Amino acid sequence: MNTTTVNDATGHHDHDHDHAPEGFMRWLTSTNHKDIGSLYLWFSLFMFFFAGALAMLIRAELFQPGLQYFQPGVFNQLTTMHGLIMIFGAIMPALVGFANWQVPLMIGAPDMAFPRLNNWSFWLLPAAGTLLIATFFVPGGAISGGWTMYPPLYMQGGIAYDISILSVHILGISSIMGAINIIVTILNMRAPGMTLMKMPLFVWTWLITAFLLVAVMPVLACAITMLLTDRNFGTHFFDAAGGGDPIMFQHVFWFFGHPEVYIMILPSFGIVSTILPTFARKPLFGYVSMVYAVASIAILSFIVWAHHMFTTGMPLGGQLFFMYATMLISIPTGIKVFNWVATLWRGSITLETPMLFSLAFVILFTLGGFSGLVLALVPVDIQLQDTYYVVAHFHYVLFSGSAMAIMAGVYYWLPKWTGHMYDEKLGKVHFWVTAIAFNITFFPMHFLGLAGMPRRIPDYALQFADFNAIASVGGFLLGASQLLFLYIVIKCARGGAPAGNRPWDGADTLEWTLSSPPPYHSFVTPPLVK
Amino acid sequence: MSIPKYPDPRAGHTYCTWTIRILFALLAGLAPALARADFALNLPTPATGVAQDIYDLHTLILWICCAILVVVFIPMAIALLKHRKSVGHQAAKFHDNLAVEIIWTVIPILILISMIWPATKLVVSMKDVSKSDLTIKVTGYQWKWEYEYLGDNIRFMSNSSTPQAQIDGEQPKGEHYLLEVDRPLVVPAGKKVRLVLTSNDVIHAWWVPAFGVKQDAIPGFIRDTWFKVDQPGIYRGQCAELCGVKHGFMPVVVEVVTPEKFDAWKQEQKALVAAAAANAGKTYQMAELNAIGEKVYTANCAACHQANGVGIPGAFPALSGSKIATGDVAGHIDMVLNGKSPTAMAAFGKQLSDLDIAAVVTYERNKWDNKTGDLVQPADVAARRK
Ligand code: HEM
Ligand SMILES: [Cu+2]
Ligand SMILES: [Cu+2]
Repeated sequence: MNTTTVNDATGHHDHDHDHAPEGFMRWLTSTNHKDIGSLYLWFSLFMFFFAGALAMLIRAELFQPGLQYFQPGVFNQLTTMHGLIMIFGAIMPALVGFANWQVPLMIGAPDMAFPRLNNWSFWLLPAAGTLLIATFFVPGGAISGGWTMYPPLYMQGGIAYDISILSVHILGISSIMGAINIIVTILNMRAPGMTLMKMPLFVWTWLITAFLLVAVMPVLACAITMLLTDRNFGTHFFDAAGGGDPIMFQHVFWFFGHPEVYIMILPSFGIVSTILPTFARKPLFGYVSMVYAVASIAILSFIVWAHHMFTTGMPLGGQLFFMYATMLISIPTGIKVFNWVATLWRGSITLETPMLFSLAFVILFTLGGFSGLVLALVPVDIQLQDTYYVVAHFHYVLFSGSAMAIMAGVYYWLPKWTGHMYDEKLGKVHFWVTAIAFNITFFPMHFLGLAGMPRRIPDYALQFADFNAIASVGGFLLGASQLLFLYIVIKCARGGAPAGNRPWDGADTLEWTLSSPPPYHSFVTPPLVK
Repeated sequence: MSIPKYPDPRAGHTYCTWTIRILFALLAGLAPALARADFALNLPTPATGVAQDIYDLHTLILWICCAILVVVFIPMAIALLKHRKSVGHQAAKFHDNLAVEIIWTVIPILILISMIWPATKLVVSMKDVSKSDLTIKVTGYQWKWEYEYLGDNIRFMSNSSTPQAQIDGEQPKGEHYLLEVDRPLVVPAGKKVRLVLTSNDVIHAWWVPAFGVKQDAIPGFIRDTWFKVDQPGIYRGQCAELCGVKHGFMPVVVEVVTPEKFDAWKQEQKALVAAAAANAGKTYQMAELNAIGEKVYTANCAACHQANGVGIPGAFPALSGSKIATGDVAGHIDMVLNGKSPTAMAAFGKQLSDLDIAAVVTYERNKWDNKTGDLVQPADVAARRK
């Protein structure tokens, strides 16, 4: 394979006569996919800690029955903003950050297709994030009707509700631009010889995710625009008194919302599918079926949305259709899990930190998939909808799913990004504390939900006290252990043992043919893929 | 559509196909540990046939998941222990195998198909509200329930009765903390009760776990559901859809009584309605109105406007010194009667009697910094109703 001249690691490879500015202007005006990737990742890390701090406050209030620290209205702000910021501020930008760093490197391209658009899609985020956080300080406080923003409750709030709509609009524009950039890059800028079916799975998952984003972000934009006009301009889209229908909002929202959850998991599938073969030293099992599984999950994700609405009382036919479709989606999901296990089978396995996170992902995500299957059955869902069981379900798929895959990816690629090895010992400590604390926090929530504890409540009946206390203790540990993650990342960025081009002997994607960190314009001459 | 027949709720698995029975038999040894409700690891003890079937369906899917878990993770565990570089294992080179891939696509499909039958049957019966013995209209309000026995002229509000002092930790919490109300829904045992649900403001959800009933109450729309409880007793639940500040303090309590007791209860309620009608037109003293008004205020107004009348800046306006509570009496009554759409200020005209509104308006006009000295009688309120 043709490796380019890669001795210039500092980023002053003067091909286009850029006078790359220094300091803050370098970041503000950057059009470089690696700089922008880093910006996305740092932004998401900040938001992860911000929303995580809100979660600590939530768990503090729920440690015991009774109201201790927060009035119910404030508590509702905490849960709403925790959810909204984690989804739009932490998970999604982190995955786009991975796409920025890794897609050009893995397909042998010099940069993203639209570098200036790339800059703009990132810099919208801090604006939107600032607006969102600022709502805590406006009269009436932040939004408190749940991240799902259901009317008519959403009609009742103050100015924060309008600011948040604006913020989500900006986030959506950013996502759409990012997605278009990713699609164009992948379809046009692959190295010679890299056919679609030779692309690394991570690239495939992001290609499909980007199509999902382009398809559903505008739907969200419509829904919240209608909310905005209902709130401010006298329309009645969701107001029965004016001929509207509040349930229509839920349909439109979840038509976005269900694909959205797959937007957060598919790239994570890609990360894990890259890491498992590396540390099993064996090719990914069933590459082709993996691609088809991801594609069919994406397609099916458009016809399952109303499984979030079984208790609204839709007609029998509707309930049955969405139940069958939801059950169906677990088939491709299962295939992926089987393929991962087969990838491990008869490998030559080592357990570095990225591998540990990926293995935990496989196990814990599967548990989340199981609770999803349980919730797919309409009668059982009617019992469990809007309880802590659902909270357990989505944390198994989103924290031990998306977030832990993101951590796996960070450990895996940090040596490439920084040129230094991270501290392996600390990484393993971080892993074990995270995995154990995660389960202490969220496993008991299955029991709470089954026993009948509703979600989104600041106070609860006495029978729920024990498991809540356990969950809170686990939660504090989980929160605290992420400070270790921050420390490890900063330490690695500032120095450490040199990583060399390819620190992982089982890794075979293109980025490992470049120096660490890679040169400013990544692949100046495209490598030839056999 | 015929009404499915329910056996005794505790009779067990009515719909197991024989394949699934085998699975059960294999796992039965472990089942009791997880199925014990008193550890609160599982769904509450079912009180209706539907809840029992939900319980069984959940047990079934749980065991299927456990079985798949074992089948998947045993090979994974073996690989992680044996196929390690540290024990000198060499990596194989294979990367697909069509036969295996077909097998692990087809088997899960078959398992899911076997789930479809019991699940579908249960959905159909949950949806079947026909041939009910009794219909009750349930209306959600921020943050209480209203029950109306259609055709019987019985209608009342059901408020949480947990004292604020228990919530704030100033008093020890009672046994049914947050799951107790002033007036429960009363229904006869052994009768099919149909609920029709709607809401006055935002979406709520009426939920009693032991019944297997959870149904959203949606403003402007009517939804229905049903339950039939054989065992008299008191059953508790909560609102399950986020509905604003006091969503966590909106319990549902159902008292199931024998049909004879139910009839007696109904007569009693009708007598009360008649007595209240006889009292209309009476005039009240300031002290009486203030006493009633304080109760009404605590139950309905204090959540937003606060007990000390200062509200929550930016969200809920203060009443102490407010223009409306110290200005024109008619405007004050109108605000309470009609609310202010689309804010959280509800139209209390639909929920409260003339006396209650007269009392609470009087109370607000004479409490805190408001020293108007105005006295509002029920007749004044009746006059302003449209
Ligand atoms: C086998 C795959 C899955 C199935 C069958 C499934 C099924 C379901 C069902 C039926 C619900 C509705 C529960 C309720 O509200 O009553 C639900 C909720 C949810 N699921 Fe999944 N799910 C699956 C995978 C995932 C994945 C991969 C993610 C995200 C990465 C995810 C994220 C969520 C979230 C966030 C919610 C709750 C949303 C809310 O109400 O706030 N699920 N899932
Ligand atoms: Cu979904
Ligand atoms: Cu509620």
